[in-house]
Amino acid sequence: MNRQAVTIAGLAAIAAAAAANAQAPKHPRTAWGDPDISGAYAEFTTAPLERDPKYGDKEFFTPEEHEEFAKQRLTLQFADDDTEPGTQADVHYSMGQFALSENEGVTSLNLRTSIVTQPKNGRIPALTPAAVARRDAIAAARKGREFDGPETRSLTERCIVWTSTLAPILPRGYNSNLQIFQSPGYVIIQGEMGDPRMIPTDGRKLPDKLLPQWNGTSVGRWEGDTFVIETAGFHPETAWRNSSEKLRVTERIKRVDDDTLEYAFTVADPDTWAEPWGGVYPLTALDGLLYEYACTEGNYGMANILSGARTAEREAAKQ
Amino acid sequence: MKRLATAAGALLAILTARAEVLTEVPRAADGHPDLSGVWQTLNTAHWNLEPHVSAYPVVIELGAQFAVPPGHGVVEGGAIPYLPDALAERQRRFENRLTDDPEGKCYLGGVPRSTYMPYPLQIFQNPRDVVIVYQFATGFRRIFVDGKEEAPLDAWMGWSNGRWDGDTFVVTVTGLNGLTWLDRAGNYASGNARITERYSLLGPNHLQYEATIDDPTVFSRPWTIRMPLYRIVDEDYRMLEFKCEPYAEEKIYGHLRKPGTEAPAGGQSR
Repeated sequence: MNRQAVTIAGLAAIAAAAAANAQAPKHPRTAWGDPDISGAYAEFTTAPLERDPKYGDKEFFTPEEHEEFAKQRLTLQFADDDTEPGTQADVHYSMGQFALSENEGVTSLNLRTSIVTQPKNGRIPALTPAAVARRDAIAAARKGREFDGPETRSLTERCIVWTSTLAPILPRGYNSNLQIFQSPGYVIIQGEMGDPRMIPTDGRKLPDKLLPQWNGTSVGRWEGDTFVIETAGFHPETAWRNSSEKLRVTERIKRVDDDTLEYAFTVADPDTWAEPWGGVYPLTALDGLLYEYACTEGNYGMANILSGARTAEREAAKQ
Repeated sequence: MKRLATAAGALLAILTARAEVLTEVPRAADGHPDLSGVWQTLNTAHWNLEPHVSAYPVVIELGAQFAVPPGHGVVEGGAIPYLPDALAERQRRFENRLTDDPEGKCYLGGVPRSTYMPYPLQIFQNPRDVVIVYQFATGFRRIFVDGKEEAPLDAWMGWSNGRWDGDTFVVTVTGLNGLTWLDRAGNYASGNARITERYSLLGPNHLQYEATIDDPTVFSRPWTIRMPLYRIVDEDYRMLEFKCEPYAEEKIYGHLRKPGTEAPAGGQSR
């Protein structure tokens, strides 16, 4: 069965499940009786995070609309630029060239017009004035120092956090794959890039006082066939989408069919958004394994960014 | 004489039976010993696998709290059987340890070093996979149980296939990239190394760890290290993150810093 057939089957299953909303299908269970959501999955999906405002509250494309939209998104947005060899324009980091673009991997078809489903317009709510002030203060403090040293670069460039693993899990430019392991009392979510999240399911609650962690601290529980994860205690510098250390994330993962999990999330942070918001998208089974990423060990990017800045400064001084 | 032998035999039988009672271990639903939990060594193998007396810190200003503590060593027979050239390489690495030890750069510890670094590790076990997460550099290993997966490429943490040999979990590790060290004293193996690890529970809270290192390009014969891991029994204990990247940045990229700017001050927490 080819991948497209698989994902279309997945879509059909999602539609059928939504329509019936009953008759729980028989999904596999672990040897110790938990629903089995283990496996390797791709996060890529054709739905963008936010909805194009022109669609208003329209949650789903028709298949015809989707075909046109997906073609635009996959073929045009991520295609190799047609550049002349030897020119400066040709020397760039092409995702397609290194087999890292979204359309090189498994991409689930998704009739949704956006990953965000709450609020209804599919748009991320505006930052509160306090969050805007916080964001601007951070940006102002960094301004002019962006290339001073490694500590002024982004957490991802520094191999510290990745949005493809951090709660909430969202697809990013490349390597947006994860694997899920289960053992009695634990679920582990390991992103291709990023740290494994070791989520206890033994009934313990999130303590009131948590030491700040870059990836927060998670606890999980099974609600029927749905795995529910609560995460809090983020490091203030994690600042996912300008959030504060009050960020609290709820994730819900459930199996739809043999090849598809549904991943839903809600984020709440009164210091950042007036209301909680969230979304949903499919995780699609990968026919393969994930391999070690070893970010720091091969972080030539950081050295190149800083040495490039020093070279630019020397050149500017000569002028 | 014969009577004595019989008596000794009877005594041995009693002792054996007693030992079986004492070595009651937690078991998974499939009957195999349950290795899951948070574990840590309690020795100085991370400083030096071989027997060693105490020593000055690598930077003298660091003083007594960063001095090298003494240890009996964990190598069966005491010394690592290096080939002559490899022994010279070990010495070279020892002398350059301040700059060259990958631990200082927050690089993945590799196998077996990750096991006895002075940080906890957590084992997760199901009938198909054993997963080990190491606190240092967030090392991650997936061990395929009854797997025969060939290493498709070299990796810092290698490629692990495991199987149960009675109550011992035996893991064969290949596909190591040869860039990791074995301790802070410059001991090392190459990317040709084949590591055989043996995990056996000694009781509910003690896990015996053994690793045999077979690398004919570096050693004259295979050699073995052995040490217990201790379960962290604190209630609701969770391994905290130890993202060591920030602490290695000045070491790795400091020469590329903008002249006149300062690195983060020592002791600043992240």
